Amino acid sequence: MSISKEETAHIAELARLSLNESELAQAQHDLSEIIDYMNKIAGLNTDGVALTIQPCPVANVWREDVVLPSLNREEVLANAPDRQGEFFRVPRIIEAEGADE
Amino acid sequence: MKLCDMTIHELAALLRAGEVTSTEITESVFDRIDQVEESVGAYVTTARDQAFEQAAAADKRLLQARKRGSLSDISPLMGIPLALKDNICTRGIRTTCASKMLADFVPPYDATVARRLGDLGAVIVGKTNMDEFAMGSSTENSAFHVTRNPWDFERVPGGSSGGSAAAVAAGEAIGALGTDTGGSVRQPASFCGLVGLKPTYARVSRYGVVAFSSSLDQVGPITRDVWDCAIMLRAIAGRDERDATSSPEPVPDYCGSLKETDRDFTIGVPSEFMHSGLDSGIRELIDNAVRALEDAGARIVEVSLPHSDYAIAVYYLIATAEASSNLARMDGIRYGFRAEDAHGVQAVIRQSRSEGFGPEVKRRIMLGTHALSSKHYDEYYLKALKARTLILGDVKEVLEKCDCIISPTSPTVAFRIGEKLDDPVALYLMDVYTTIANLSGMPAVSVPCGTLKGLPVGAQLIGRAFDEGTLFRIAHLLEQACGESVKRPPLEAMKGGRDR
Amino acid sequence: MTSDYEVVVGIEVHVELATESKVFCGCRTAFGAEPNTQTCPTCLGMPGALPVLNKRALEFAIRAALALNCSVADYTKFDRKNYFYPDLPKGYQISQYDCPIGSNGYMDVDVNGESKRIRIKRVHLEEETAKLMHAGDDIISASHSLLDFNRSGIPLIEIVSEADMRSADEARAYLTKLRSILLAIGVSDCKMEEGSMRCEANISVMPRGSEQYGTLVELKNIASFRAVHRAIQYEAARQIEIVSSGGEVARETRHWDDAKGETAFMRGKEEAHDYRYFPEPDLGPIVIDRAWVEKIRGELPELPDAKAERYMREWDLPKYDACQIADSADLSDLFEKTCAIVGEGREVAKWILGEVMASLNATGIELSESKLTPELFAELIDLMTTGKISGKIAKSVFEDVFSNGRRPSDIVKERGLLQISDVGELVTIVEKVIDANPGPVADYHAGKERALGFLVGQVMKETRGRANPQETNRILREELDKRA
Ligand SMILES: [Mg+2]
Ligand SMILES: [Zn+2]
Repeated sequence: MSISKEETAHIAELARLSLNESELAQAQHDLSEIIDYMNKIAGLNTDGVALTIQPCPVANVWREDVVLPSLNREEVLANAPDRQGEFFRVPRIIEAEGADE
Repeated sequence: MKLCDMTIHELAALLRAGEVTSTEITESVFDRIDQVEESVGAYVTTARDQAFEQAAAADKRLLQARKRGSLSDISPLMGIPLALKDNICTRGIRTTCASKMLADFVPPYDATVARRLGDLGAVIVGKTNMDEFAMGSSTENSAFHVTRNPWDFERVPGGSSGGSAAAVAAGEAIGALGTDTGGSVRQPASFCGLVGLKPTYARVSRYGVVAFSSSLDQVGPITRDVWDCAIMLRAIAGRDERDATSSPEPVPDYCGSLKETDRDFTIGVPSEFMHSGLDSGIRELIDNAVRALEDAGARIVEVSLPHSDYAIAVYYLIATAEASSNLARMDGIRYGFRAEDAHGVQAVIRQSRSEGFGPEVKRRIMLGTHALSSKHYDEYYLKALKARTLILGDVKEVLEKCDCIISPTSPTVAFRIGEKLDDPVALYLMDVYTTIANLSGMPAVSVPCGTLKGLPVGAQLIGRAFDEGTLFRIAHLLEQACGESVKRPPLEAMKGGRDR
Repeated sequence: MTSDYEVVVGIEVHVELATESKVFCGCRTAFGAEPNTQTCPTCLGMPGALPVLNKRALEFAIRAALALNCSVADYTKFDRKNYFYPDLPKGYQISQYDCPIGSNGYMDVDVNGESKRIRIKRVHLEEETAKLMHAGDDIISASHSLLDFNRSGIPLIEIVSEADMRSADEARAYLTKLRSILLAIGVSDCKMEEGSMRCEANISVMPRGSEQYGTLVELKNIASFRAVHRAIQYEAARQIEIVSSGGEVARETRHWDDAKGETAFMRGKEEAHDYRYFPEPDLGPIVIDRAWVEKIRGELPELPDAKAERYMREWDLPKYDACQIADSADLSDLFEKTCAIVGEGREVAKWILGEVMASLNATGIELSESKLTPELFAELIDLMTTGKISGKIAKSVFEDVFSNGRRPSDIVKERGLLQISDVGELVTIVEKVIDANPGPVADYHAGKERALGFLVGQVMKETRGRANPQETNRILREELDKRA
């Protein structure tokens, strides 16, 4: 296996996916197979090669600082799984974890 | 021939002449849907009432234009029933991405491509089935149902735009839009005997198209012939102020260029693509296509894409890395599925995602998360961005001396439902010919070039950036030379359908 | 704080930019609007919605970078910072990772009479998160929380200093001057109380003279300049206590509790995020035109350093005083507005650095929270410089003006504090004092100059300090000499 169980679990947690034991084992197996295949790029020499972030980049695209209409609030909240009045509602933030910027 | 089996340009001519109405065409399409949809399963949602309203409005506009003699101002899409893949947001019509996650999501906005089609008077029949979040090549990854290939109900229509391809092939829409991240328009077009185009990256706005991989995704038409494809691209292409990556390149009149008779093309055949593992039947059909193009006046040269062997690995690293981030917004907080009994907000996010996503989506999110994680970033993600540069270099070099590159679209014909479900690597390898166009950003079209044991085979043409015009002309040559036999699935077989 | 240890402080500041519309969509940025009314698919992170950069936000970031002496990048781009939190609608923040708009800047601050250079590592542009409100007392006890996305997508600049500060005083001076600069260039309203300026501090301690920094602790939830000062002092003392008793400081993030006046554990290093930064594929690269940068530079208004020089020139202020006032947006605002009414720059400066600063320190409030206005302040200075009240009386009146916002002239009238400069009135009082103190009068006539001081004091006592001191001196001598 090219990826350990611990690392698979770590990746799942980073991605906010919870996997039970058998799902974890399956994920470890699948990821290992795929990663084994991906590892072929290790053999490719990319020294001094530039990055391609976008295939046809258009530079300096921006808009002027002009206010455009926002959605009306009912449309904003219409898809909310839970709401309270004019707010989206979420259950308790147990860990006093700061909103990092 | 029924109205629902005709092409956009044929129907547009009839509409202009006042020989049929959009309402009649729309009726014909919905009759076909009533007849075969239970067997095909092309749609997630049909918008019957709205479609007939749009058809009536189109009829009114056509009538006025005919009276005023201003028909030339009207788009050939006026009154034409089209289908949209269900990852293209439609205001007021739910947009699910064939995922439990978005099963009830009704966007308060239109994707730019949807708005452009609507503005031109097209009739939107409904939203088509797909692999969940466009991740797959068979449409079997839909959270709702499988879609069957109208040529053979035991087989997949391809994917991820399988619903769009099946709908057009079965006469449940005249044309459709799909999205193509690694072949998802071209491969189902090939499996269903249709023309499918992935435009140049940045040619078509991605605004409102649920992102899979932002630097690879493009919306593209799936149509019955090249001419229809040109009509649809012209309608959706062009700079959009809501998509900062969309190109300001002017949009030419593709149909006008199709009328040109110049046949002095140079076509490259990459040696890497015509060898290992290619089904001999498919190889023979591609060889035929190459010969037909040569007979039509084109010059054929052998070319090389030395880094193409890395394309699949590079593609899946980049696509999944971007996808892992693009799908992070699916957290069950502002919209979408929220797990019932999660205590605490991180648990809501974790459980909603675990229950809302299907297995392939989770697999790809994890793969992408792995590729981006601090420990592996350099060896996978960064390396892939560099390898992408090499692949782009290969393609550019070839296209300096060739007008296009020809290859098969897919290494196989449509495979059986369930046949490849549990081997992810084998499925990923199916994208061997298509991903190179996404990685390089070049436009690529799949054109039917024959059938193998009654199943359609497509040839892929990859062209120069923003030169879809030339690509269409070569595709048109190929279509005239060997596409005739592939035009329609054996519709008789469909009648009565089979139980799903 | 023992002097065997040195505190090492680096500061990260987030500032909301004062654009009309958000950084990646056209929604309005106005503070205090009805919840969730300034939102759209983009700032709600709806599927398929895309960002488009607000050019003014970029311009403001460049302006800030230039004002902080940074070099402005020729090429820049945006990156995604990935983490899950309910106030972050896309599951990633569009930020800048390896190509910040500004880098390698600095700022000079004056602390305790010394000028000190604090280097600025970077200035970058990013997007604000939504506002998360907790039902109940606090984040920990709340049974649920509510989200308002009006704030989501407001442009932010993040300004990161090097760990160049060595005391809480320096940290406060840095922030004070930073705010002054940002206000001067008009890129933000810098209201800490509305959250448009927020800061985090990295603190470590090391033995004095050492070059090896100690273990770094991150401090969050610092909501005012005073809190910065207190939090750093508290945290430094805590770390010194640990280190000097042979312990080891843990690498962690701590939360400043302003009410309790202490820092508390929030999360450890092992819980540190893996943000998986990668280039934002939805936004193209930015190539910053040099001519544009030079145009922005040319349009920069007067900054605190130039302001201090002007104060030195116009009012002949000592350098240190001029810097102290110019580095603070609040103080320089008060200074300039007061001078505009009453002139008397030296006197106004003396009062600001004396009474005003003393009152601020004693009450622990910001100038904006006091009742002192330039109008009231100018009136007080005027009463004093025109001889209507003495400096001593002015000081006794100031407190009432500062705390209650009362007019100095009203207080003076009410308390009968107007200075007596009328010669006839003063002569009467002086005669009375001379008559009542034959001993000191004799001493004076015998050549003991000190006796004069006693007699002046008696006049002051008689007038409850209202006698004009110069006049009193003059008349007293005159009358005494008459009787010699
Ligand atoms: Mg930040
Ligand atoms: Zn917005």
